[in-house]
Amino acid sequence: MGKFNKSGGREMPELNTSSLPDLVFAFLFFIMMVTSMREVTLKVIFKAPQATELQKLEKKSLITFVYIGQPVPELRAQMGSETRVQLNDQIAEISEIQDYIAQEKSSMKEEDQPFMTVSIKADSETKMGIVTDVKQALREAYALKLSYSAKQRIN
Amino acid sequence: MAKKKKKTPSINGTSSADIAFMLLLFFLLTSSMDTDKGLPRRLPPPVPKDQKDKEDVDIKKRNLMVVLINTANEVLCNNEVIDIRQLKDKVKEFVENPYNDEHRPEKIEVDVPYFGNMLVTKNHVISLQNDRGTEYQAYIGVQNELAAAYNELRNDVSKKKFGKAFAELEKEQQDAVIQIYPQKISEAEPRNYGGVK
Repeated sequence: MGKFNKSGGREMPELNTSSLPDLVFAFLFFIMMVTSMREVTLKVIFKAPQATELQKLEKKSLITFVYIGQPVPELRAQMGSETRVQLNDQIAEISEIQDYIAQEKSSMKEEDQPFMTVSIKADSETKMGIVTDVKQALREAYALKLSYSAKQRIN
Repeated sequence: MAKKKKKTPSINGTSSADIAFMLLLFFLLTSSMDTDKGLPRRLPPPVPKDQKDKEDVDIKKRNLMVVLINTANEVLCNNEVIDIRQLKDKVKEFVENPYNDEHRPEKIEVDVPYFGNMLVTKNHVISLQNDRGTEYQAYIGVQNELAAAYNELRNDVSKKKFGKAFAELEKEQQDAVIQIYPQKISEAEPRNYGGVK
């Protein structure tokens, strides 16, 4: 039977890799969608305090961040070294928090609004005075779910 | 035309996969995958403006535990300076009240699903106060100890009843356990204790 002779020189057929980049790109896009690209340029320095009883924050889209700390060295000339509050991309006053929260809240879906969480990312050396002021402002703004951002303490 | 059949040479595409992989790795490393972690808390709703002088809710002395953090980051528990490592056990003892001590919170019978009638220190309140000059790390430390105390109590009772840790229970079971050890941390309206801001 001529069909089955082995003289044809059997070689491993080469795997067609031309679609491999497409696969990788699809994967890349998936990762880019899943990870939150909500990177704000930090204008305050903060080192998170350490704790052990931490819980993960679930939905990233429901979280609003409030940063508290000293301004970065580049801004020291303008701002001084007093502890400041950063909302989104700029350093703000405590009186602006209420408007900011209201604005963030209105940009959410209505059914998500009660689950809005504010994550306070404060420097571990911040004095509680400013944190208390922020908390009072959040209370006034009816953003009652809080999370004190902290790092896992390694014993 | 004799050269009609000349093809453009195809570009070798085997390395484009590598390039794409490198892009992928770059994004993987730069995008912050670290999930934000923190201590969740709930604030009380704001006091309405028109009733500024609301009468304080009368809390029996035995139901109240005052935890104060002063400017020097010392923890005072019922006016005694204690080490922060002692706080967890103090809180556990206070919330659980194992020997029905009359200086500890009163126990009230509550009908809890899965458990039946349980004696629960339902009215206990831990009042957390801090000074404006307290460091945030100290405050988080105390909040953490309080959370740890509650978590341990809840874990104990979950283990005893269901043989599982609290976090692994079903939602209804968790609710029942929470009913036994409700987390009651009250944060006082800010006051200025130390004088110096």
